Amino acid sequence: MKPIRVLIAKPGLDGHDRGAKLIARALRDAGMEVIYTGLRQTPEQIVAAAVQEDVDVIGMSLLSGAHNYLFPRVVELLKEQDADDILIVGGGVIPDDDIPALKEAGIAEIFTPGTTTTQMIEFIKTNIKR
Amino acid sequence: MFNGEELSKIKQNRESWEEKVLNKSLAKAPESKQEFKSVSGAVVNRLYTPEDIADIDYETEIGYPGQYPFTRGYQPTMYRGKPWTMRMYAGFATAEESNERYKYLVSQGSTGLSVAFDLPTQIGYDSDHALAQGEVGKVGVAIDSLKDMEILFNGIPLDKVSTSMTINAPAAVLLAMYIAVAEKQGVPADQLRGTIQNDILKEYIARGTYIYPTEPSMRLITNIFEYCSKEVPKWNTISISGYHIREAGSTAAQEVGFTLADGIAYVEAAINAGLDVDTFAPRLSFFFNSHNDLFEEVAKFRAARRLWAKIMKDRFKAKSEKSMMLKFHTQTAGCTLTAQQPDNNIIRVAMQALAAVLGGTQSLHTNSRDEALALPTTESVTIALRTQQILASETGVTNTVDPLAGSYFIEAKTKEIEEKALEYITKIDELGGAARAIDLGYIQKEISDSAFNYQMEIESLERIVVGVNKYKVEEGSPKGLLRVDPIVAEMQKKKISEVKTSRSNEAVQEKLSNLRKACQGTENVMPHILDAVKEYATLGEICDVMREVFGEYEQAVLL
Repeated sequence: MKPIRVLIAKPGLDGHDRGAKLIARALRDAGMEVIYTGLRQTPEQIVAAAVQEDVDVIGMSLLSGAHNYLFPRVVELLKEQDADDILIVGGGVIPDDDIPALKEAGIAEIFTPGTTTTQMIEFIKTNIKR
Repeated sequence: MFNGEELSKIKQNRESWEEKVLNKSLAKAPESKQEFKSVSGAVVNRLYTPEDIADIDYETEIGYPGQYPFTRGYQPTMYRGKPWTMRMYAGFATAEESNERYKYLVSQGSTGLSVAFDLPTQIGYDSDHALAQGEVGKVGVAIDSLKDMEILFNGIPLDKVSTSMTINAPAAVLLAMYIAVAEKQGVPADQLRGTIQNDILKEYIARGTYIYPTEPSMRLITNIFEYCSKEVPKWNTISISGYHIREAGSTAAQEVGFTLADGIAYVEAAINAGLDVDTFAPRLSFFFNSHNDLFEEVAKFRAARRLWAKIMKDRFKAKSEKSMMLKFHTQTAGCTLTAQQPDNNIIRVAMQALAAVLGGTQSLHTNSRDEALALPTTESVTIALRTQQILASETGVTNTVDPLAGSYFIEAKTKEIEEKALEYITKIDELGGAARAIDLGYIQKEISDSAFNYQMEIESLERIVVGVNKYKVEEGSPKGLLRVDPIVAEMQKKKISEVKTSRSNEAVQEKLSNLRKACQGTENVMPHILDAVKEYATLGEICDVMREVFGEYEQAVLL
């Protein structure tokens, strides 16, 4: 079976990339192929990278509080590109109260502080759409 | 610190203690771990004795506070004179709301202001820019023009308070706005006290709010040094920051090593720009993190002071002692706050604040319990401020200077951190300096490796985080978090268009064109930025002129 391909993305202007880099490395150690976008990606850039790299998963990390706008925007653009078979997950400083609406918008899971990399790896393996 | 005879007696007695007392005890009850490590992963011995500090000379290495090498503090009486500045970092939504929070903090005994700007402001975009969508007012206050700055400091006497502004790439613009607001209040620039962060190198390393490439960024910084040394002499022109390096996952020794390496780069840039070291070095300030490991942190602050003093004296041949004194602000470690059982964070913050005070900080921000979840509520901020007031007024830790000095452990640890930090600085020198080491990704890689190890230790339960991987409870969602209303973005856009219709657009264009010329040449850009700001040119307009001339920084994406 070909390895799971993941795009780890930093949408918006937030510069906190400790979590994103750490997860990228943990997923890679778990045998996945990981592409990391670097900072300050627009939803358009993230979707273009995901399509071009033919990934199975997009993981977005955001600690600035702009998730309610940026996460759903990525899902929307993916749908426009007919690329909504990509599993989308997110994480960061995200209040519990925001999670139902984000899931409703098509984010499969929101990983909040304290989640282990093992839990994320398990989630991805169980939920990829292929 | 002991003579040979005393030392050999101590050695003899220690060996006999090991044999007769320790080994018996270990045979009956072994220790819980093979090896004990600090938060930074450094090995911590069972016991420290005079043998561990035998080669440290008291007079030259430890000495007296307010005197080279400043190990014991930058000032002779420390908190007996006055307590540290209680400076709470705050800012959110609009200038109006942030102004209210500042007035509240001052009324509650906060002694300095500290402004948090939102991300678009920090990256030089106006609130109506496409990339600002979703971010306006979120992590700090949105400032688009002098108009917002006037509101932000309305009713706050700028000749009385000192203000720290966490602003880097567009630091010159925000400083100019501050000078302009003060002028309107009738306060001359030479009376202003405060700090701009203005530390671009750590933005490339760890914090991410860069705009311009390294070279023009360093020029902006040295322009500010030069301008302030003449016009705003009481202003701290840079806050060389280890805080974010530590937050990104570094160890304590890396925090010191990488921060001082950045400091060296700024001093070199200023000297190369023709400035005399003793004209600008006294206005350099530092900003450190205070993490969980109490003793390691105290040792870290002491090591940083000693090492910087040596660097300024030996490497840069500073003559004034003021150029050798490392003074610093501290913030408790945001990365140690847990979303789980958030009230526990009050205890973590208290311990970290204690470390900062025992380490001799000049000012302190204590984090609020709810910051792993959102921006803090007024109630949470009040508890955080009260934590400092309890430390200053009730615990007695302020009664004597550098109370932990002379502890075998603290002195050995101070030396160890100084040596490790110096190793990093030497390595960075070999790579060609901090800017080059950043381009090569060396510093970022070192930090990521440390961050990864730390996380794996938490996941393997080698490192316990209370409420996260041990002592867990089922919890409901936290209630009453602070939320920034998305309407803020609309309000800011409206203010921008009002400003643009009420100002003289002709004057703005003229000042921006002068700025463009200054950027293309070698003139100091500060006076031109000040001129543009006074005509209500927006932050975005000013930063765009510099983008045109300077270009933008491209981050090396490394894993």
